[in-house]
Amino acid sequence: MNAHPTGVSQGVRPLRTARRENDMAGSSFKGSEIHDVDEFLVSDGIETEREKEIGQHIGYRYDVNLVPDYDRLTPFLKKYIEFMGWDDLNWLEDVHMGYEEGMPAVFDRNNNGWVRVPDTISLPDNQQDRDMIARELLIKFQMSDRHPLVALRKAYMKF
Amino acid sequence: MAGVSDAELRNMTQDERARALGMMTEQLTGKSLYVEFDPEAEERLAYPWAPDVDFNKRTEIDCDGKTTTEVNARIRELMAEGYGTIVLQNPRGKHSLGVGILSRLNLIIEGSTGYFAAGLIDGPNVHIRGRVGWSCGENMMAGTIVVDKNAGSTFGAAIRGGDLVCRGSVGSRTGIDMKGGTIIVGGDTGALSGFMMQRGRLVVCGNAGKNLGDSMYDGMIFVGGQIKSLGVDAVEAELTELDRKWLTRKLTQYGLMPEKGVDHFTKIVAGKQLWNYDNLEPTEKKLIL
Repeated sequence: MNAHPTGVSQGVRPLRTARRENDMAGSSFKGSEIHDVDEFLVSDGIETEREKEIGQHIGYRYDVNLVPDYDRLTPFLKKYIEFMGWDDLNWLEDVHMGYEEGMPAVFDRNNNGWVRVPDTISLPDNQQDRDMIARELLIKFQMSDRHPLVALRKAYMKF
Repeated sequence: MAGVSDAELRNMTQDERARALGMMTEQLTGKSLYVEFDPEAEERLAYPWAPDVDFNKRTEIDCDGKTTTEVNARIRELMAEGYGTIVLQNPRGKHSLGVGILSRLNLIIEGSTGYFAAGLIDGPNVHIRGRVGWSCGENMMAGTIVVDKNAGSTFGAAIRGGDLVCRGSVGSRTGIDMKGGTIIVGGDTGALSGFMMQRGRLVVCGNAGKNLGDSMYDGMIFVGGQIKSLGVDAVEAELTELDRKWLTRKLTQYGLMPEKGVDHFTKIVAGKQLWNYDNLEPTEKKLIL
């Protein structure tokens, strides 16, 4: 943990939250935590009393705060970044491989739903590489003619 | 969808068009896992309807004497003609310039803009060589916006994705309700920044005003300077090695890397006490049933 430059003499109050172990990210979270990359492929994520009571997992089934490791970029993603004129993954930094109903899937914001990853694609043993696959699949799908937005656009486009 | 020509579609009502295209026939059940990726999908890099623009094809629009609507319509016309770099001269604080651009483009605005500059964009790189008013980059989906001077309040409100950068300082409620993307502030940010953020990353190189990250549900806030106070459920967390690597890369990319590195940054996340908003739900259900 890094020292925080709070200074009463400069009129800044010390942080209200002291640096305590129970204030760390996740420690005060009452739902489940992700321990294993395959956790939501082999279980329904219903573990705590609270989850058993409501019959569903509380929280995301992947770490939404996991920033990408750029050493793991795929050639396709490099090509996409260059084509768009960006220096990094840009909006794809928020795309992760998730797990819905025991299946690997990616949330497509343009479709407002989960899109399944086919069984023919074998999953790497770590979330970073899975996220890169998710980003690649999502781009190819969003840019294809079979994306639901193509028909929606035809039906509802105003200008 | 097959068998219906564009000409036929044009003569239909919107409802008829939707039905003719095969929509509104499927019962949605909440979780839409009915679509599967095609591993053999063609490698395409742009939306099917996106204009084919060339970054090396450059032109200018003089905003003087034109309304915002006329300027934005002209941008679209030029993109359809293949221009990939468009410079807006004399913006003179006009509101809503460069909104709703949904494909790649280099848009350079030579001056300051009013509110809602480059809102709702999905892909372009926007460089504003001046100041911006309220809600710059609101609801942006993808792309980059770089503002050279200061910005008003609600900078990047409800941003979904992309990078929104202000080299100067910004007003209050920066990144309010952000649902993704990265907001970078080179200077200070005002009160209630990161209010109700749900995911994404807010990086402040200077100081942050009071109630930082109030009621945040998820996401991360990195502050290089002092924090006046944290909001409800915003807690300090440990900067990981991956965070340091990502911060260094991102700040270097936009020329905002502090001389002393990133180790002094404080990381703020959601304590997730507010996540359990449905805690009472079963009890309430029992009461009702």
